[in-house]
Amino acid sequence: MLAWFLRRLGQIVPTLLILSVMIFGLQQLMPGDPALTLAGEERGDPQVLAQIRAELRLDRPLPEQYLHWVARAVQGDFGFSWRIREPVAKLILEKLPVTFQLAVMAFLIALVIGIPAGVISAVRRDRPVDWLANGLALFGISMPNFWLGIMMILLFSVQLGWLPPSGYVPLTEDPVQSLATTIMPAFVLGSGIAGVLMRHTRAAMLGALSQDYVRTARAKGLDERVVVGRHALRNALIPVVTLGTIEFGRLLAGAVLTEQIFTIPGFGKLIVDAVFNRDYPVVQGVVMATALIFVTLSLIADILYMAVNPRLRSA
Amino acid sequence: MNEPLLELRDLRKHFPLRDALGRARGAVRAVDGVSLAVARGTVLAIVGESGCGKSTLGRLALRLIEPDAGSVRFDGEDLRALSPAALRARRRDMQLIFQDPFASLDPRMTVGAAIAEPLRLHRIVPRGGEASRVAELLERVGLRPESAQRWPHEFSGGQRQRIAIARALASGPRLVIGDEPISALDVSVQAQVVNLLADLIRDLGLTFVLISHDLGVVRHIADRVAVMYLGSIVEEGAAATVFAAPRHPYTRALLAAVPGRGIKAPPIEGDVPSPIAPPAGCRFHTRCPHAEALCREQPPILAGGDHRAACHLQDRLPPAPPLQEAEPGGDRLRRLQAFFQPAGTEA
Repeated sequence: MLAWFLRRLGQIVPTLLILSVMIFGLQQLMPGDPALTLAGEERGDPQVLAQIRAELRLDRPLPEQYLHWVARAVQGDFGFSWRIREPVAKLILEKLPVTFQLAVMAFLIALVIGIPAGVISAVRRDRPVDWLANGLALFGISMPNFWLGIMMILLFSVQLGWLPPSGYVPLTEDPVQSLATTIMPAFVLGSGIAGVLMRHTRAAMLGALSQDYVRTARAKGLDERVVVGRHALRNALIPVVTLGTIEFGRLLAGAVLTEQIFTIPGFGKLIVDAVFNRDYPVVQGVVMATALIFVTLSLIADILYMAVNPRLRSA
Repeated sequence: MNEPLLELRDLRKHFPLRDALGRARGAVRAVDGVSLAVARGTVLAIVGESGCGKSTLGRLALRLIEPDAGSVRFDGEDLRALSPAALRARRRDMQLIFQDPFASLDPRMTVGAAIAEPLRLHRIVPRGGEASRVAELLERVGLRPESAQRWPHEFSGGQRQRIAIARALASGPRLVIGDEPISALDVSVQAQVVNLLADLIRDLGLTFVLISHDLGVVRHIADRVAVMYLGSIVEEGAAATVFAAPRHPYTRALLAAVPGRGIKAPPIEGDVPSPIAPPAGCRFHTRCPHAEALCREQPPILAGGDHRAACHLQDRLPPAPPLQEAEPGGDRLRRLQAFFQPAGTEA
């Protein structure tokens, strides 16, 4: 078990290394010159451009630039944002809690809606409640987030005036206001995932409910609720756990459109701004942070997987 | 005591077929008018080809699925009249062993938890006494008591079937239905599990319904045999009589198909007709070597005293070919049983 864990941790290092090379290389393919962007008004002056390039080491060979960056990144120093002159690590740590709060809320909404809906619709297969749940899931999956977001702002902010249309208040500052500013974007993000979770839970439950061990449970004389909850659902959740962690990872990577609509200063907004401004250190830092979150989550997923699936434990 | 423990009367179960738009498109007549009685402490075997409705009949008998018509009486009580709660309470008296021991055990429950669940549910042993009862049951089926802490996936097929048997016995049932309980097992393990079942039936005085297509096993443990074809019983009687003097052409064909029996009967031809549109008249007429005009028109009735057969021609058929006992060692099962006689434990 410990050996497995260490081996699994060891896999993270090459993954991140390969990714860092890729992101470094891909940036060079982006059109535009960061020196030109940064020079602004003075972009006509070759001396200014040369100075900027020297300062940012853009005049050095690419491998040297990369090694320089890696050497500092492993020490936790992701450099400075070229545009706003702030440490990248600080920017990431500022935005991460925002995105994290949004992701957790969206994920909770998805879980609370998606899993019970999937269970109910599997148990009541081909009945009206199943059709309703499937219809809503399809709606959740297929509605574009920006459209749903705009509609919610129209209804709850403009028409009813219940919720603020945009902005963000940190949880530590004012919990109630914080929830009020994030509930709509969280619902927008969660609705799609709820639909996906519902469909997968339903399919897995239908599979489990037709298993002999469920018939065995009924034959034992167990109440149907116990049969569904203890025997069918616990087995059906195994694939749902995998899916859930992937979706949660995607949420943590930031939601570009949704954050834009609700003007929430999260990861999504940070990386979009950085890409548009050729702010390479920020792009690199955010991508690496996202990658680290993803590999950590998949490690957690594997551990969870063993918790829910005894067949994997002895392996 | 003469009243049968289980009595099925005119049981019928049709599974409706629907097209993509949900419109009814006929029905699979899985069980179509079956009446049977199982006396206390006896073993009834239900035999027939795949798809003849044997398994459906077993599930109907335990009311795991609802029949469309007919009645099921268990110990004189109409199971269909019971409330859901009363039925659940009744379930401790009747248990089921499934064919596939890899599917019938919940993969997320330890063996001990699976066996203890009915004990706790029906309050069969005093609180806290479950563990020792579980150990006792495991030993009874030839497994080590420590197996209780392990997971189903850690066991072989034969061991898992032993666990499934222990689980079925946990609630102290009076009736056990085995739905092909050995056919998914390795041949080398089958004989051991058959011996175990035979011992348990004898020692516990169980009433047992064995659903099987393996006539070798049936012959070994059944007191009575019912032969099923396309949802109906075509012949029913004491096992010895049915095996010695089968009256229905289908039974004769089945017996002839047992390897190593050395019986010659007209070979059975073709496939089982579709249970969605069974043939008119006698359902077997499309494959029967003796079929006449009457057979094509009128369905025969299951008639006779203690040995009943549903065949218009049963009194006119040529006598069944003499049952030759296969030469010693010719019977696969018997050979295996001899080999494993001191029923060794696997664990």
